[in-house]
Amino acid sequence: MYAFTYDRPASLAEAAKLVKAGGQALAGGQTMLASMKQRLMQPEKLVDLSRVSELSGVRKEGDQIVIAAMTKHIDVERNALVQQHIPALAALAGGIGDRQVRAMGTIGGSVANNDPAACYPSAAMALGATIHTTTRKIAADDFFLGMYATALQEGELITAVSFPIPKRASYAKFKQGASRFAMVGVFVADTTQGPRVAVTGAANGVFRHPGLEAALAKKFAPESVAGVTIDASELNSDIHASAEYRAQLIKVQTRKAVQDALS
Amino acid sequence: MGANEFAKLPHIGESVLRKEDYRFLTGAGQYTDDITLTRMSHAVFVRSPHAHANIKSVNTSAAKAAPGVIGVLEGKDVANDKLNGLPCGWLITSTDGQPMKEPPHPVLALDKVRYVGDHVVMVVAETLEQAKNAAELVEVDYDPLPAAVDVRDANGGPTLHDIAPDNHCYKWAIGDKGLVDEAFTKAAHITKLDLINNRLVPNAMEPRAAIGSYSRANDDYTLYVSNQNPHVERLLMTAFVMGLPEHKVRVIAPDVGGGFGSKIYLYAEDVCLTWASKKLNRNIKWVCERGEAFLSDAHGRDHSSHAELALDKDGKFLALRVHTDANLGAYLSTFSTCVPTILYATLLAGQYTTPLVYAEVDAWFTNTAPVDAYRGAGRPEATYLLERIVSRAAFELGLPQDEIRRRNFITQFPYQTPVALQYDIGDYVACMDASQKLADVAGFKARQAASQAQGKLRGIGYSSYIEACGLAPSNIAGALGARAGLFECGEVRVHPTGSVTVFTGSHSHGQGHETTFAQVVASRLGIAVDAVDIVHGDTGRVPFGMGTYGSRSISVGGAAIMKALDKIEAKAKKIAAHLMEASDTDIDFANGEFTVRGTDKKIPFGTVALTAYVPHNYPLETLEPGLNETAFYDPTNFTFPSGTYIAEVEIDPETGTVRLDRFTAVDDFGTIINPMIVEGQVHGGLVQGIGQALIENCVYDRETGQLLTGSFMDYAMPRADDFPEFKIGHVCTPCTHNPLGTKGCGEAGAIGSPPAVINAVLDALAPLGVKDLDMPATPHRVWQAIQSAKA
Repeated sequence: MYAFTYDRPASLAEAAKLVKAGGQALAGGQTMLASMKQRLMQPEKLVDLSRVSELSGVRKEGDQIVIAAMTKHIDVERNALVQQHIPALAALAGGIGDRQVRAMGTIGGSVANNDPAACYPSAAMALGATIHTTTRKIAADDFFLGMYATALQEGELITAVSFPIPKRASYAKFKQGASRFAMVGVFVADTTQGPRVAVTGAANGVFRHPGLEAALAKKFAPESVAGVTIDASELNSDIHASAEYRAQLIKVQTRKAVQDALS
Repeated sequence: MGANEFAKLPHIGESVLRKEDYRFLTGAGQYTDDITLTRMSHAVFVRSPHAHANIKSVNTSAAKAAPGVIGVLEGKDVANDKLNGLPCGWLITSTDGQPMKEPPHPVLALDKVRYVGDHVVMVVAETLEQAKNAAELVEVDYDPLPAAVDVRDANGGPTLHDIAPDNHCYKWAIGDKGLVDEAFTKAAHITKLDLINNRLVPNAMEPRAAIGSYSRANDDYTLYVSNQNPHVERLLMTAFVMGLPEHKVRVIAPDVGGGFGSKIYLYAEDVCLTWASKKLNRNIKWVCERGEAFLSDAHGRDHSSHAELALDKDGKFLALRVHTDANLGAYLSTFSTCVPTILYATLLAGQYTTPLVYAEVDAWFTNTAPVDAYRGAGRPEATYLLERIVSRAAFELGLPQDEIRRRNFITQFPYQTPVALQYDIGDYVACMDASQKLADVAGFKARQAASQAQGKLRGIGYSSYIEACGLAPSNIAGALGARAGLFECGEVRVHPTGSVTVFTGSHSHGQGHETTFAQVVASRLGIAVDAVDIVHGDTGRVPFGMGTYGSRSISVGGAAIMKALDKIEAKAKKIAAHLMEASDTDIDFANGEFTVRGTDKKIPFGTVALTAYVPHNYPLETLEPGLNETAFYDPTNFTFPSGTYIAEVEIDPETGTVRLDRFTAVDDFGTIINPMIVEGQVHGGLVQGIGQALIENCVYDRETGQLLTGSFMDYAMPRADDFPEFKIGHVCTPCTHNPLGTKGCGEAGAIGSPPAVINAVLDALAPLGVKDLDMPATPHRVWQAIQSAKA
């Protein structure tokens, strides 16, 4: 780790000011601190958001569940509103990383980082979530821009993520054996706008699969998945899985998610 | 005292809670990094980012000028101070009579680097941060060269060492090739198999760490180091590398958080710290980081083999023929050369009466981290090959896996194998029977049908392993090329009030010696286990010993303590005889009391101890005061733990996911002193072996030579939820030549389990036409195998 200065503002306004002035926002730190320890990142000014009171908590606004950015995975997992209205999201949060990660990691941090194998981005895409920032609101479809890239501008902070409550939904993650990140994770949501299917872990960023969505729009049932062709050409091949294998997993995990959503 | 008598003593076979656990579980252990000396400085090593490159220049001037820097040392400094390279502890002679190629292994790279992580420059600074900052300022100008990392690419690949232009270290063979070849011409059936024993990264929980300390006042050195055998470390470092007299160097291996073999060896960092502590006149600490450990710890396994088994029409083994290419990595690590030879091919008879075995091993240099002994060391590689080909033969002949083994089991002991070893005792049929019962093999068909109903495939796999432990008879080892003895020492110091401190050359880094050895002593002397403390890991306190590896500690280290206890008992009897005015030949000692045979006279052990140190009424003219005895034990043969393991897996053919549903291990370790500790050792071994079979794999990029699995993000370490609850059982045939009747239990799990798991996977996949699969059987690999079989 390199030397850095550390601020822990108590208000969003103060945090936003510090970040605008070139500070690096620190959320749960479950990716960033490890990167700093390995000297892969060297922020000079760290702005710890953990004491910003406006940034934590879960509330229901109309047909939306709004989760403030610094809400930890464990708190999403255990939240009664989330469990009641979007149980798939609570289950997803409960399956991220390990206990330590869930006790520290936050939804805002995960979404802002946009790790191509992270869980939350798939939920945000499939549920048609909106990312709230200090300056605007961004639809999930416009927010995630491929590996570690998002629509966030310099100095812009995520304040919350709002999720429309779906008719039903489920997340099926196939874990990579070492990291236990998603080798392929599929979030399926049957929404008022129709079924949406978002895939994480399989490519250079989270993506929706129109073929699967169309098939499920015809009939929201596990057997609808069988006839869909998954193009492997855009998928990742690495030491853990070939693109063809990931294509297979997308089908299997989608089917499992649909099955689970219906059960 | 004989082994049978010993086994009946109180505390033997009792699960005494571990004495060391209080300090470990409360975080009060003292590991090397917990030790802070005065004027401590910190070292960082600059390592090669290239798999293979010439060093054009090294510029350390900016680093030397950086804040807090005390010294920056490179290969030239090592050469100027005339330090030798790191030695190899075992000489292998090639089939043509030539010694193996032994290239220099520089302490800091000179002119060339040969693997990613090769040590190039050491930076020492006041703080770790300053050392890291300065290390980033070291400029090394490399001229990259093509690299070979896969053992199959070594022959004809880029030359690593001038002394071995074709990268060939040695060709070694055992057995009679002519007779074996002839037997194959008469076989009714020949089973052939190509397999890879995957490379593993040891990953001890505590990474390597060391503190070098030099006293100008006494002109002596102390090296604190996370190590399994401090005397060996000192001998290699002083005699072979630094040219120092041993009495001027003290090596302390304090609490050590796991080794698994990787901390047997003398590493360059240890030498650098010792050397620099005098040169810079500072205490210097280095703690390896996890990423650095992945790159620079000696790795394990990495064999590529072809095997052929000749059978008669009844499934009896006639002959085994094996060729193995072994990857030694870029340099010869301390015991690297004996692993794929002496510790490997001598085990290829397994538990079977195969009359003829011929094995040939080519060992190669590659641009990878050095490979050396890792839990099992050679024996897992032999067991994997043999147990795989045996099950494959069963599949081909339509015989049940247990039946083919039963038809070939050795049942008469002692048994001379065709590959040098003589087994003293065992009961392989009993292990098979017990394992099958415990595994509920009878219920397998029903479980298989239930899996099938859910679209899953269920398979069962067997492995009947044997290992040679209790390393080792020094004369045999010497004849085979060992450059060190393999005895062990033990000193029993009875204190005046009857409590005891034992000094052992064995080293405990998780094995629980502080408890098990105390049980041995307490049971012999009839005192409480708590009245015995075990001291280990310090060349300044313990007589010259050889340390812990090869499941040797209780059988060799424990035996040395037994011999010292024999001496204690003999002397104590003389003291007791004097006190009770009897002849010492009439004295019996049991349950902590000395009695005069045929009388009711008795005195307790404590009285004798006190008399030894307060010799007022004492036969001073014929007997020295004191009760303190040292013994060295050199075994007359290896010990041969054996067992049968049965794995049951369920596979999801859609994703290739293998779920280990059941695992049963029945072992014959001879006498068991602490069943709880033995069970813990078995569990740990199983987890490592099953980890190798299912998830662990060290991968270098075949083109660039970069380590692709350089962290836990890509190298899968087994976790508790990867496993079912193990079923553990025991058969006991006490070792015939060991004073305790013990055989060793530390490596069995890692040796026996990989083939059981893979055989189960292949049994499950057989209906789909899958015949072969290399470890690890990850979901991706299994799925691919299914797809290939379909195509």
